[in-house]
Amino acid sequence: MAHCHGSVGLKNIPGGARKIVLAGNPNTGKSVFFNFFTGMYVDVSNYPGTTLEISYGQLGSDVIIDTPGVYGISSFNDEERIARDIILSGDLVINIVDSVHLERDLFLTQQIIDTGVPVIVALNMIDEAERQGLSVDVDLLSDLLGVPVVPTVAVQKKGLNELKEALFTARSGRMTQGLEPLIDRLINRVGGRGEALLILEGDPAVAERHGLQPEGFREEIYLKRRSQVNDMIKHVLKETSRGTSFGNLLGRWMIKPVTGLPLLALALYAMYQIIGVFIAGTVVGITEETIMLEKYEPAVRNIVGHFISEESVPGIILMGEFGVLTMTVTYVLGLLMPLVVGFYLFLSLFEDSGYLPRIATLVDRLLNGIGLNGRGVIPLILGFGCVTMATITTRLLASERERKIAILLLGLTIPCSAQIGVIAGMLAAVDGQLVALYSLVIFMVLVIIGTILNTLLPGKSTDLLIDLPPLRMPRLDNVLKKTGAKSYNFLKEAFPLFALGALIISVFQVSGILVFLQDLMAPLTVGWLKLPQEASTAFIMGIVRRDFGAAGLSNMALAPIQTVAALITITLFVPCIASILIIFKERSKIEASLIWGSSWLVAFLVGGIVSQLYSAFGGDSQSMGVLLVILSFVVITLATVIGCRLASRKKTGEVADRRL
Amino acid sequence: MTLDGVKRGQFFKITSIPDSLVRAQAIRFGIAEGEVVECEEVVPSGPVVIRKNKQLLALGRRLATQIAVTLT
Repeated sequence: MAHCHGSVGLKNIPGGARKIVLAGNPNTGKSVFFNFFTGMYVDVSNYPGTTLEISYGQLGSDVIIDTPGVYGISSFNDEERIARDIILSGDLVINIVDSVHLERDLFLTQQIIDTGVPVIVALNMIDEAERQGLSVDVDLLSDLLGVPVVPTVAVQKKGLNELKEALFTARSGRMTQGLEPLIDRLINRVGGRGEALLILEGDPAVAERHGLQPEGFREEIYLKRRSQVNDMIKHVLKETSRGTSFGNLLGRWMIKPVTGLPLLALALYAMYQIIGVFIAGTVVGITEETIMLEKYEPAVRNIVGHFISEESVPGIILMGEFGVLTMTVTYVLGLLMPLVVGFYLFLSLFEDSGYLPRIATLVDRLLNGIGLNGRGVIPLILGFGCVTMATITTRLLASERERKIAILLLGLTIPCSAQIGVIAGMLAAVDGQLVALYSLVIFMVLVIIGTILNTLLPGKSTDLLIDLPPLRMPRLDNVLKKTGAKSYNFLKEAFPLFALGALIISVFQVSGILVFLQDLMAPLTVGWLKLPQEASTAFIMGIVRRDFGAAGLSNMALAPIQTVAALITITLFVPCIASILIIFKERSKIEASLIWGSSWLVAFLVGGIVSQLYSAFGGDSQSMGVLLVILSFVVITLATVIGCRLASRKKTGEVADRRL
Repeated sequence: MTLDGVKRGQFFKITSIPDSLVRAQAIRFGIAEGEVVECEEVVPSGPVVIRKNKQLLALGRRLATQIAVTLT
């Protein structure tokens, strides 16, 4: 077997070890197999396309490698490219198949068999298939595929030992009929059947590796494979009953707006009660206040204080207001960690239950208008937890264009949970109309920016084409493990950036740059936003973290409208220093700088417009003023949306003209 | 007619999927040209959800307007 494919990029694989590859469609339970074989945990998800990190572990003297769940191998997306390269370089493939979705899953099985690699099939969730009235003739399936097939119920550990014992009975199966002559033509030129197959199927990357042009047989081969699989299904699968289960019904309700929106609202409300009220209030009260601020920070100051004076420059940097040892640790562990765990817990529940792709379907149309498809809802929701965490999650979006839009919207308009906490406290002091003003303005800014970006950026958002897996009751152990793994990964990625951010701001503080900036901003705050001079301090703090800024505002004596204008400005203000560092890491320097710069512009522009409009509309006659400001924003939003529609229609018209 | 015009519960045959990439993905899901499938749900002016046996697939509205179908 060829071992020359360096593109797999895995380190530390011993020379003589065989590479055993776990492959399968999304949601087939691969993680459970991986855990069984290696004892290690791997993140799996019900949402197509979230496992990009490849896990591998030891199995005796061999190596077992996990791959992302895919429906086929080619170059359609990152998951497929990774799965393709790992499978092509593997010595043996364990193909996990979902017995309920044989028709879909066997396409991948047959494609893997066509690469010529030895295969063993695990027919998983055989119990669920039986419950749904399906019976599979395992022996016949094995005969038709030409490879061993082992029925399993992985979550109950059924069949796993049998699979392990049968592992090395894996063999090359029966190829798709009519494929042989095509492959024979290429095989000597490229040295492997798998490579030859993918070149025939028009895979540009594999063709390039061999200095060849991709060939145009994809459709022909796919159709042959499909009809062979359909034929197989006809013989091995018997459907004994067909009923509508409650799961099917609920799944349908989740997609229909009439029932889906209330269900989504209910889910979000539960999320708010648990994360926004219980975790942000009770839990953080203990972790941040009691543990970190009352116990941890004094202890650190006490210990470090023996060596360095608290008033010295290194002392301020280590344990001052923004200290690397004090603020960073308190913030990350005391405040952020409980919230992030809460959000990932919900995300994992949504993923494992199959709800997430249904939410994506429900909101697809709404998100199209701002240049995203339904999948974009995930980072946007996560942004309310932590914008930094959500920015990392944008990796699952299908195109660069969508990532660009999602990251800008996150950085600009979505307040994170820490910020919401402070903002909610301040809004509690003003009346309902002003709360509406605040929420509507932020929402409309999101719509305006998204619509404009969608019009200006070249290209189109990708279309939604998504598999809706069956609704399942999530397994608690899997949800918890996944939450743990994701939270840990987030902290690992974000902690150093929070520390760096704290360091930068401390340096600003001791060098006097902070005060200088505050003076510089005064005209903007007083003249344009109509706020007291001290408010500029809050905005400078907001550069570090917007909730610091908001907290700074809460100590000031502000009129209600000033409160709202200031909160709108601070919400739209630059993303916190950890987020922006992540954005720099994820995007180009130019794009990240543009996002940062435009946040200043948009924040002060919108905040100022609210203040100026309010005083222009008479100021004191309270209620009318607020209503008129809201109305003005509705008009601006509608004008933008309609203007952009017309502009893009004109643009597509021009393209059509050129084609003629 | 095109896929965006079908109603819930209708069975129809997919006659053409113009985009070759979408066509390839559809073949993988077992929902290729020539297959008869059922409309599971239509989100008003949003995605169309189609079903073949136990397989559900949601397609965005713009994509649905490009796929030709005939009712059976």
